[in-house]
Amino acid sequence: MDIVIENLVKRFGNQKAVDNISLKVATGEILGFLGPNGAGKTTTMKIITSYISADEGSVTIGGKSVFDDPLEIKKHIGYLPENNPLYQEMPVIDYLEFCAKIHNIGRDKIGRRVVEMIRMTGLNKEKHKKIGELSKGFRQRVGLAQAMIHDPQILLLDEPTSGLDPNQIAEIRRLIRELGREKTVILSTHILPEVEATCDRIFIINKGKLVADGTAESLRKQAQGSDIVRVRIEDGDPNQIFRSLQSLRSVSMVDFTDRMFNRFDVHCKGVDVKREIFRLCVDKKWVLTEMTPFETKLEDIFRELTMN
Amino acid sequence: MNTIWTITKRELNSFFDSLVAIIMIVLFLGFSGFFTWISGSDIFLVGQASLRTFFGIAYWTLFFFIPALTMRMLAEEKKSGTIEMLLTKPVTDRQVILGKYLATIILIAIALAFTLPYVITISKIGNLDAGGMICGYLALLFISAAYASIGLFTSSLTANQIVAFLSALFIGLFFHIIFQIIAGGMKGVVGQIVNKLSMTVHFESLSRGVLDSKDLIYFGSIIFMGLFLTEVSLAKRNVFN
Repeated sequence: MDIVIENLVKRFGNQKAVDNISLKVATGEILGFLGPNGAGKTTTMKIITSYISADEGSVTIGGKSVFDDPLEIKKHIGYLPENNPLYQEMPVIDYLEFCAKIHNIGRDKIGRRVVEMIRMTGLNKEKHKKIGELSKGFRQRVGLAQAMIHDPQILLLDEPTSGLDPNQIAEIRRLIRELGREKTVILSTHILPEVEATCDRIFIINKGKLVADGTAESLRKQAQGSDIVRVRIEDGDPNQIFRSLQSLRSVSMVDFTDRMFNRFDVHCKGVDVKREIFRLCVDKKWVLTEMTPFETKLEDIFRELTMN
Repeated sequence: MNTIWTITKRELNSFFDSLVAIIMIVLFLGFSGFFTWISGSDIFLVGQASLRTFFGIAYWTLFFFIPALTMRMLAEEKKSGTIEMLLTKPVTDRQVILGKYLATIILIAIALAFTLPYVITISKIGNLDAGGMICGYLALLFISAAYASIGLFTSSLTANQIVAFLSALFIGLFFHIIFQIIAGGMKGVVGQIVNKLSMTVHFESLSRGVLDSKDLIYFGSIIFMGLFLTEVSLAKRNVFN
């Protein structure tokens, strides 16, 4: 099932929490939903789940409007809300059974489904403990288990890895990637490497407005304009090296990054830049000790797009 | 209906797991038993084989206990955020409200069922009026249902249980005594209307053994208003963040 959002607007009082957002997510796609705190990510998620209504625009899931038949749509959505609210006083297994019943899973299938979820999220030892007694990581797993218990076509995860240790994060990411093959996943997060590791596409909003939409690669290209190669050339006069680099055909601009160690950022306009630098060094008998393609970090792109 | 029942069962389990239910039943039986049998204008003082004394006391104990039962129902879910988790599952706001409401009524019915030994004891002492007894229990159930709907409404207004409890008592107090007092100081039609708003007036007429449709309409309207306002108040999430 795909998700199509068109011109979505949500106001709280005079403030626009979501301002004219349009977005399409195809089946089998994992979308990373980014934005600073208060950008409208959670509000958008709440509208998709029909927890709150929208003021303008439409959200359709699998061709059906979310606002027309929320009960039917909700059956296909698995949602992990922000901060993962759970009934603290309930044992894990009872809680999952409750969720399964609410989802109208057949009486004969409930037990099997619950056991499957417990195994999938590695909660076997904790299944009889009360949720309030669990550590944050385990609670997060319970949250994921309740979101997936009815095998939904669509998964909306609001900061699914917050509070987990690195091992658990890797595990959850693997799980999300696996699920993302056949399901439609929207994942909101602050952790940018997470987006790169798990998502097919990135969608950045700021103050309720869309500011970027594309793959990590395309966003990077867009942000830095050209490819950059970072080089270190030794055994030569820095100024001479600088001038020689500048005169290469496929180089558009050279920056000194570190005069002490002869480091340069070379902005390229052609594809041959690495070969040319290498040949230049051979000709002049300089020693090339470092040459790495430089990527703008997603953090920098994010900051640039969302800071005013 | 299935969904409502699932929610009701969860609420009941959480009542009993958290000992709220046990404490409530023990306190209810303790208070009403003490004043029915041992102290004040108890049955022996009155000298009649009638449950009127018990109904009068239960009328007051329930007035205090019901807000204590309902205060956490929505306030806690709002505070912990579980309301969002619950309402994004395939349930409607109304099903959630009715499920929780039903759980409260069932718990009160259980508490009232524990007073059946009183009925048996009194029927052994003298000639018990069965019709009056049934009407008395019905009256207790009706006022409970009315106060439970008010309690559920105040619980939906806030994320703070104490605020929910006190505002339920505050609203309840009007129906419990204030309307009657105000009506006493007024004459004419207005006085009569205000008098008709008093829960006590309707409770007394019903517990006297008179099953009047006016009383039923009265209780029904309060229940409906309470639940309706609860639904409206839950829908406020669409307007405020």
